[in-house]
Amino acid sequence: MSTSLAEPQTATSNSDVTGTSSKLTFALGSASLLGLAVLLVLAFVITDADQRVYDRGVDLEPLLTGQGDAVRLLYVHFPVAMVTYIAFMLNAIGSVAVLWKKSTWWDNTAAAAAEVGVLFCGLTLATGSIWGRPIWNTWWKWGDVRLMTTTILFLIFVGYLAYRRTMTDSRVRAKRSAVVGLIGAINIPIVYKSVDWWQNRTLHQQSTLRDRSIEDLTLFTMIFGMVVFMAIFAWLMVHRFRIGWLEHQAETVGLEAAIIERRAQTSTAISDAVTDSRSSTETGSD
Amino acid sequence: MREIWALARKDLRIEARSKVVATQIVPFAMVILVLFGLALDADSRTLRDLAPGLFWVATLFASVLAIQRSVAVETISSSFEALRLSGAPAWKLFAGKALAVAIQLLAIEAVLGLGIVVLYRSSFQDPVLIVTAAVAATIAIASAGSLYGVLAVGMGVRDTILPMLLLPIMMPVLVAATRAFGDGLGTAALNGWTWTGLLGLLAVIYATVGALAYAVVIEDT
Repeated sequence: MSTSLAEPQTATSNSDVTGTSSKLTFALGSASLLGLAVLLVLAFVITDADQRVYDRGVDLEPLLTGQGDAVRLLYVHFPVAMVTYIAFMLNAIGSVAVLWKKSTWWDNTAAAAAEVGVLFCGLTLATGSIWGRPIWNTWWKWGDVRLMTTTILFLIFVGYLAYRRTMTDSRVRAKRSAVVGLIGAINIPIVYKSVDWWQNRTLHQQSTLRDRSIEDLTLFTMIFGMVVFMAIFAWLMVHRFRIGWLEHQAETVGLEAAIIERRAQTSTAISDAVTDSRSSTETGSD
Repeated sequence: MREIWALARKDLRIEARSKVVATQIVPFAMVILVLFGLALDADSRTLRDLAPGLFWVATLFASVLAIQRSVAVETISSSFEALRLSGAPAWKLFAGKALAVAIQLLAIEAVLGLGIVVLYRSSFQDPVLIVTAAVAATIAIASAGSLYGVLAVGMGVRDTILPMLLLPIMMPVLVAATRAFGDGLGTAALNGWTWTGLLGLLAVIYATVGALAYAVVIEDT
């Protein structure tokens, strides 16, 4: 396709693209994976397990509590959950931009954000569940407001992704998906509030980042984890965006380019035939 | 208001003649109640305690069918174009379609209500609360459903995507309606009117969103 294009400037400039990586994404991806490795070493080897000692008074033994080794999972769980919410927020922003400006770029961004968001949302639920087994003594806690909200959010956006796949017209798909995405987004506070009313309880701990109890290495690992998962998010987003963009090009520009290519072939074939016949006439006349 | 009612009456007249809701969807809702009874292998006490939740799950499942039917009567003869040609603003078209769905859903719920009394031995201890909560929840379901029904139009797979779009969104309605009925049927000690208030708020939100978004989604049906 790329070699025989008659007018390469009218065809997609990506026509000779064989992948979605570039030097920048290679660097970003390498850095992310290296960072992830460092994070895992920090979280699972170097940091201390959570074993705070509470003084229970004179006649009681000092009580050893805390989460033990399970706390290490939070270095993964918390950043992944944060990225999930950033991704779905980006989807909402993209949806508004699609409805407002009819922007293909933002539709593509919204689609990529939803897909990466669902992945991270699944990871949030999985890591939270694994962490909950030793700490809450259960894989699943019905009525915990954040767990329920995240679960429903996950299901809403699984539906969103399935919905996107049902449409072939990219203009209709952009508009309708934006409506579905926005309704999903406005449901987040509603779900949160109604679950909160329903059970009015959470096993989730409040933020400990601001109080002084958190140690330096713990704080560093937590922030490092956020940076690493933001980098992974950006890396996946760029790739997913490029795939979406190429798909869009294939849908809109692909046909045009193929026609131009075909015309180029036929015109060459015609001119070849003409030359052939001329030369044969010339030889014949000799 | 006249246009809204005219549109709703048109859908109700189609139902009166075709009897799809009466002969297919209402029996289906009753089948769900019987299925729960068999699946839970329950003594009457268990079923009685679970009745509010089972009632609303059955209603939500039946609503998916009712909404598909509401959209199908327009797509069979591509009459969405005709509706748009009527010149009525999109929000009135939305209100008319949603009103017809709501009335049909209320009829389904009335039969289901009788069903839980007979099959699950429920007793309506606070009928005013029950009816108010049911009306509010029905408006919420019919509004969100009518919007999503149209969003799922014009695709070969519309029958399979609608439940996955609608049911996750309806989870807050399920929670609130179940609590309100828990109070109204005397199975839970809580204030059902607070939950009915939440249902009212949800009804307003979904009706507003539906009315606003209908113009955007109806363009490409």
